[in-house]
Amino acid sequence: MDFINAIILLLNYIFIPALTYGSQLALGAIFVTLIYGILRFANFATGDMMSFGTMTTILFTWYFQSLGVSLGVLPTALLAIPFGIIFMIFYMLLIDKFVFKYYRHQKSPPVQFAMVSIGVMFVTQAVVRIIIGPADRRFFDGEKFIIKAREFKEMTGLNEGLALKSTQVITIFVTIVLVSLLFWFLNRTKTGKSMKAYSDNEDLALLSGIDPKKIVLVTWIIAGILATIGGALYGLDKSFKPFTYFNNMLPIFAAAIVGGIGNPFGAFLGGYVIAFSEILLTYAYKKFFMYILPESMEPNSLVQLLSTDYKFAVSFSILVIVLIYRPSGIFKGKVL
Amino acid sequence: MMVLIFMVGIFQSWNIALSIFNLCLISAVMTMGANIQWGYAGLINFGIMGYTALGGLAAVLISVDPVQEAWRAGGFDILMSLWLIVVMVLVIRFILKRFEKSKIRTYSIAAIIISGILLIRFSAEPGIEAIEAVDPAKTGFLGGFGLPIIFSWIVGALFAGGLAFIVGKVALGLRADYLAIATLLISEIVIAIIKHEDWLTRGVKNVIGLKRPAPYEVDLQTTDWFIKLVEKFNSGKLSVIDNLADRQAALNQLVIEGSSVFVKLCYSGLFLIVVIILLILTQKALYSPWGRMMRAIRDNEEAANAMGKNVVKQHLLIFILGSAIVGIAGAMLVTQDGLFTPGSYRPMRYTFLIWVMVIVGGSGNNFGAILGGFVVWFLWIEAAPISLFLINFFTAGIPETNALKAHLIESVPYFRFLMMGLGLLFIMRYRPKGILPEKIEIK
Repeated sequence: MDFINAIILLLNYIFIPALTYGSQLALGAIFVTLIYGILRFANFATGDMMSFGTMTTILFTWYFQSLGVSLGVLPTALLAIPFGIIFMIFYMLLIDKFVFKYYRHQKSPPVQFAMVSIGVMFVTQAVVRIIIGPADRRFFDGEKFIIKAREFKEMTGLNEGLALKSTQVITIFVTIVLVSLLFWFLNRTKTGKSMKAYSDNEDLALLSGIDPKKIVLVTWIIAGILATIGGALYGLDKSFKPFTYFNNMLPIFAAAIVGGIGNPFGAFLGGYVIAFSEILLTYAYKKFFMYILPESMEPNSLVQLLSTDYKFAVSFSILVIVLIYRPSGIFKGKVL
Repeated sequence: MMVLIFMVGIFQSWNIALSIFNLCLISAVMTMGANIQWGYAGLINFGIMGYTALGGLAAVLISVDPVQEAWRAGGFDILMSLWLIVVMVLVIRFILKRFEKSKIRTYSIAAIIISGILLIRFSAEPGIEAIEAVDPAKTGFLGGFGLPIIFSWIVGALFAGGLAFIVGKVALGLRADYLAIATLLISEIVIAIIKHEDWLTRGVKNVIGLKRPAPYEVDLQTTDWFIKLVEKFNSGKLSVIDNLADRQAALNQLVIEGSSVFVKLCYSGLFLIVVIILLILTQKALYSPWGRMMRAIRDNEEAANAMGKNVVKQHLLIFILGSAIVGIAGAMLVTQDGLFTPGSYRPMRYTFLIWVMVIVGGSGNNFGAILGGFVVWFLWIEAAPISLFLINFFTAGIPETNALKAHLIESVPYFRFLMMGLGLLFIMRYRPKGILPEKIEIK
């Protein structure tokens, strides 16, 4: 019995939260990796683009709520996401036309692109804050829990409760669907394959008749979808605040590089690597050991490797270690 | 630029003008540091925030009086941990030197590091708790050395240089955009440590009331010579007032205003000295054989390498020098504010804004760096009043109660981001070398 209690404890506090957080990071990381692989620059505006997508989603959610439209137990935001995506893509294409296109034609070095993306970051941040303000916003509605901790305890007679939030299930489900669709697109369709070819060798791809304009367009569309959904899921699960989104850029970068930048599948797994290591290293295992060890050996301290304040520092340290020892990432991405 | 600051002095107040001027000077120092790395050597460093914070930490550690009680409570444990760290580093160095590169060596080093960290964590725990328990509302940390705060400017440079040495050893081999990301993340780690190691820095509880190199306003207001000075400066204004009591009241008001202006002027003087010294040194370096070598390395690494220049070593050197200058700026900033708030170090303000300054001012040109620091900081501060004016100007016909207008006026503070972003984008597009481009004279 104690053993099952310990497992439930880990599931409740480590596995499910990490899986949710990892999914949110993974979507962002694929976004970073796609931009890096195809447009060839590190996009420092990632976090703010995600917050822009979330903002449009929130605005539509409010609009639908005011109309009285809802999805019953599901959050209204799910209905608003497609509209948010449209605006996000529109915004991205606008930026590409007025900002990035020029440097692409100039064949500027990646550093210059990165600097330009910082300019875009400032502008996007301003736009988001001017439209919706810097405050913390929750836009979740509908049923909050699928399984409540207390109900679970009564049902199974265990000491530990397992709480399953609906946002967690939605996040994981949507991520799986979206990522499988994306991989299907990249590996099976003609456009997807030509994107890969363009990413591998630009000149060769151009010679074989691939239209670069189309590739760029499709890349931004996919990026828009990923950014909006990733941002909206994060906002549903936690809350929307422009500043947190800007900060989330850092673990997202870490995930993309750890997985091997330029490699979408690596980025996907990188998200989970980062999320799990963050939570595993900062969780206090005292209760866990109390269940599995005999009473005489119970630990006095919290058995916490690092205090939770160092959550971000963990993922960054992993990144630094990966950069030093295996710069191409866990799954071979572009070699630096 | 100076004219603009004078205009602020006349239209808003001299106090605001001087505080903008002081921060412009500090920004100029930071920009010069970043400019040395980017403009001279083409190294991208997004870790400016970390070096700034280390400079600030130096100011705390140098100037605060030691907390005797905390030293007695946990000083021994902390020293033991420091000693353990030194031993760990020495053992690793020894292994690296003595054994051939192999899997076993890598794993054993990893094992040493992990077990060392665990050992330190558990051995230092009681000491840290004891230190943090000592009067947590006021101290709760070890304090510093109780020296004049000016020394911290040098120590801040040393701290930042030391960090840059480690970072440089680790990350300098990376390609430019990876280097940017790596340095950004490392600086976040530094901030995380400063924020949460309360025994060293008081963390988010902040350290306030640091010593000053300049006199205090309150003391000045009771000093005879200062009151006379203010009287003399404002004799024209004062002589208009006939009533003696009114005149005394007016004088008192002027003395209070004057004292804070005077303190700020003292700071400006100190900062100006630093900026001028740094400017002379960097200009000399730029036109020296060393500066030529750096440019050669920047423009063609392989060719410079083929000519027998040690690219790796020079990169590391310039990385350390640039970061040390940023460290000085960090210490200056804390000196001027008189308080150390680890929570306020954010990449937006301390990394990206400085980079906007470098790019806008002109990379590779020291005067450009200073100009960039001034222009961008001035805009950053004055963006809100300027955009408020613009909004009011363009929506003059719309009534005050209009929702859109009210919303715009409410979000005035965020227009500074818009200004910075647009400014950066326009400069990058139409004047990629900055306002004052790099000028190389070959004599």
